[in-house]
Amino acid sequence: MTAATMELVCPAGTPAALEAAVDAGADTVYLGFRDATNARNFPGLNFSRDDLRRGLAYAHARGRKVYLAINTFPHVADDGPWRSAVDDAAALGVDAVILADIGLLAYAAAHHPALRRHLSVQASAAHPLALEYYVREFGISRAVLPRVLTVSQVKAIAAEGRVETEVFVYGGLCPMAEGRCALSSYATGRSPNTFGVCSPASHVQYLTIDDALVARLGDFTINRFAAGESPGYPTLCKGRFEAGGRQTYLFEDPVSLDARPLIPEFAAAGVRALKIEGRQRGRAYVAQVVGALRSAVDAAASGRPASSQALTALSEGGQATSGAYRKGWR
Amino acid sequence: MKPVLTLGPHLYHWPADEWRDFYFRIADEAPVESVCIGEIVCPKRAPFTLPHYEAVIARLRAAGKEVVLSTPALIVDDRDVALLQGALAMEGFLVEANDVAALALLSGRPHAVGPYVNTYNRATAVRLAAGGAVRVTVPVELPAESVSLLAGLPAPDIEVQVFGRWPLAVSARCYHSRAYGRSKDACLYACGEDPDGLPVDTLDGEHFLAVNGVQTLSSSYGCLLRELGRLRQSGVRRFRLSPQRTDMVELAKLYRGVLDDRLLAEEAWMSVERLVGPIPLSNGFFHGREGVRLV
Repeated sequence: MTAATMELVCPAGTPAALEAAVDAGADTVYLGFRDATNARNFPGLNFSRDDLRRGLAYAHARGRKVYLAINTFPHVADDGPWRSAVDDAAALGVDAVILADIGLLAYAAAHHPALRRHLSVQASAAHPLALEYYVREFGISRAVLPRVLTVSQVKAIAAEGRVETEVFVYGGLCPMAEGRCALSSYATGRSPNTFGVCSPASHVQYLTIDDALVARLGDFTINRFAAGESPGYPTLCKGRFEAGGRQTYLFEDPVSLDARPLIPEFAAAGVRALKIEGRQRGRAYVAQVVGALRSAVDAAASGRPASSQALTALSEGGQATSGAYRKGWR
Repeated sequence: MKPVLTLGPHLYHWPADEWRDFYFRIADEAPVESVCIGEIVCPKRAPFTLPHYEAVIARLRAAGKEVVLSTPALIVDDRDVALLQGALAMEGFLVEANDVAALALLSGRPHAVGPYVNTYNRATAVRLAAGGAVRVTVPVELPAESVSLLAGLPAPDIEVQVFGRWPLAVSARCYHSRAYGRSKDACLYACGEDPDGLPVDTLDGEHFLAVNGVQTLSSSYGCLLRELGRLRQSGVRRFRLSPQRTDMVELAKLYRGVLDDRLLAEEAWMSVERLVGPIPLSNGFFHGREGVRLV
């Protein structure tokens, strides 16, 4: 497989971002409904049914696709919103749904067998055996692989060829096994799995204490920035903590993933699609990042060296990493 | 059905003879009906305890306890799969899946599902039961109403962790070795230095989390002792104690006493506080609040 056939899957949190992504060269836009059924359940973000209908028309008219992320875990007391999200996705004609919950996968497979089912990164399927289970039980067509894997692990899974693979190449980096992390709800009562939020802004407070800016999440100090230091958002796993007598970014530095240099390797491994994180980002960001990734994918497809176009100003903390894909990161 | 106390898998890297003696004492003295053994955090630790399995299993079974084989919380590479296959190769045991990858091999035969698999709703629980899951330990962040609705299903049996640090996250990366300035592949078993986990404090010096190899746990010990009555009323019959470096035999006796209505929850609570010393207790998840809270 060549990079020419690799699909570029891009985020949209608003109709404006969807159009920006399509115009900048996205093959596919992924998005979520405006409720707890998706893992970016932020105020002012996401799509109504009408927004989706219009977005589908815009993308399909230009030969592009739209995927709907329904990738949180349905509440036991009321799984209605999740089921209706799947039903509406089928009725409106989205090109695939991105699911993480076993019960919801079973529902989609039973009620909408013709609707393509992709396994969300939130299912954290990190080994070919896990994919075997989801293919056999629910007929998934594609799996989005965890960001915790190394390139050689991605290659091993893609080479099995049981299912299409999609990997993250740019954006936020989750250092834990995705969909299996309750750090946020330990501190705030809300997690990606239950409410579609991680370290929610509603629980963030910035305080100035002795000339330092203290970033708190719930009742806990997650970081402290000296005067002159550029402050960051207190995402729990990107915080500074003390362990073994040292104050460090114990889990992960405040950096973003930029795996553009690895695109030729992903193509050679048979990876089917490349994904950009960031449904919470604005249209200008989306346009710039999608444009840069489009160039990188096209360059790889024609064997040209990747452009060194700087995107670091857009990254979290202004720094980028190739993440776990390069084993040294571990 | 009489309430069942389960001892969850030992999560920490202890010297192998201490690990063995811990289980021997559980076999001889702890009023628990079911005991999980198995290295679920890091496959590199397994060779140390494996030579003791036969003796530990024999002692537990001689004491009339069910032995469940727990398998890795995150299956990423072939060393994790080897542990899973090792458990499957042992005849006559219930195997507990902690990663969906294990379900690929366990479906179709009776098995247990641990708290690391995302069982958040009835449709998922029913699907797991159809695949052979006879019992499911629910994820730590499920609130009381959800637990109660799951426990109302005819199958599977629902188990709830009622003591021990809440397992909050797992990663392919080892923060324990990172904290010691080592790489995961050359970790020199940094996790062995911290038999109850490496304390992770905030910059204000507050205890917050504990790192155990690739696993991140709460600093507080989860304690649903006062909630046992409500759990039983909702149909939960299985209660899991997760081992910590405290007197787990005494602890099991306190829970047993409350379950058998020989001891008031409040009395037992005070005894648990004395046992665990300065470590705070938490129950917030169960009450739909921040997990760290004590409601």
